[in-house]
Amino acid sequence: MKIFKFLLPALLFAVISLFLYKGLSQNPRDLPSALIGKPAPSFTLPVLGQESQQWSPTELAGKVWLLNVWGSWCAACQVEHPLLNDLAKTGTVPIIGLAWKDKPAASIAWLKRFGDPYQVVVSDIDGRAGIDWGVYGAPETFVVDKQGIIRFKHVGPITPELMQTKLMPLLRQLQTAS
Amino acid sequence: MTRLPINSPATRPVASTRSFAAALQAIAGARAFAVALLLCIALPAAAPALAQSGPYVAPGTTETLIKDPADKARYDKLAQELRCLVCQNQTLADSDASLAIDLRRQLESMIIDGRSDDEIKAYLVARYGDFVLYRPPMQSNTWLLWFGPFAMLAIGIVIWFGLHRRRKPAGADGAGVAGVRTVTPRSTPEGGGATTAADLERVSKLLDRD
Repeated sequence: MKIFKFLLPALLFAVISLFLYKGLSQNPRDLPSALIGKPAPSFTLPVLGQESQQWSPTELAGKVWLLNVWGSWCAACQVEHPLLNDLAKTGTVPIIGLAWKDKPAASIAWLKRFGDPYQVVVSDIDGRAGIDWGVYGAPETFVVDKQGIIRFKHVGPITPELMQTKLMPLLRQLQTAS
Repeated sequence: MTRLPINSPATRPVASTRSFAAALQAIAGARAFAVALLLCIALPAAAPALAQSGPYVAPGTTETLIKDPADKARYDKLAQELRCLVCQNQTLADSDASLAIDLRRQLESMIIDGRSDDEIKAYLVARYGDFVLYRPPMQSNTWLLWFGPFAMLAIGIVIWFGLHRRRKPAGADGAGVAGVRTVTPRSTPEGGGATTAADLERVSKLLDRD
């Protein structure tokens, strides 16, 4: 009886602390990525700077590629941009830019200023393609494999650490896979 | 925009009397405050001219294209049930975030295309996860969410009954204990604080012991 009286609060305490402790390391803004393992949504959008041309992901079928969602209004995009510039120089993987909810003129000016690592930039002015890809902020980065399946998604700016420990190994692994 | 060098040597007045200098400094302070106030009012208005300050919202058709009242009712209901992903504790209907505006537009065009409520929800869940729904669906990974509170209540009831049943027998054979209790109130303030002869005798006995 006495032991029970002592154990019950102790048990409650342990359970509550466990939940609180777990809560410390979780960011409620990070949503689980619903699209991972699913085919990348298609779109046909005008190419930035050459609006008469259209671009669609089918052009990269059979290749591993990166979709980077950004906007000239997005401060965090400036933070990750040098890493994308470096990645583009190595030529590891085609990087496609999705200028999300941005005016084309502003996007072009921004790329002039910070560098253009993209093979193609498409303009998603009204954000519909973004919605189709489950984008809820910028920057977001997706890795699409040779079969056109989304294999990885990162919300927020890419960090050097993420690039080293996750992105590069994954890209290499996907590229060697048939 | 010019910086105000209030305390720089260049503008500090070369005055013969201290009070004059102090007065000038007070004026400079007041002027700086006025300029700061003006900047606060003027800057937000000037910001769009300098740079686009937030995501661009395409000129919308939101909430204007739906003509059918039944469709409008569906639109309103869905906008109340779906979550704005940016300002996570607001519904699409409540939120003014640019993503919410886009999602409302998406909602509107899907309704106009004649898609059912379930189709629209499925479309958004496939992209944003169950989180986009304000009412969580009942499925294996939400059982704890749905039934957890009832389980806790059941556990609480079991524990309560367990404790209660054990206490009863103790009270039943506690006649002697109850007898003791009737004595104790005498020493409490409710007992009136009256000392009886028996008490005095007990006290003197205790004092004698030392």
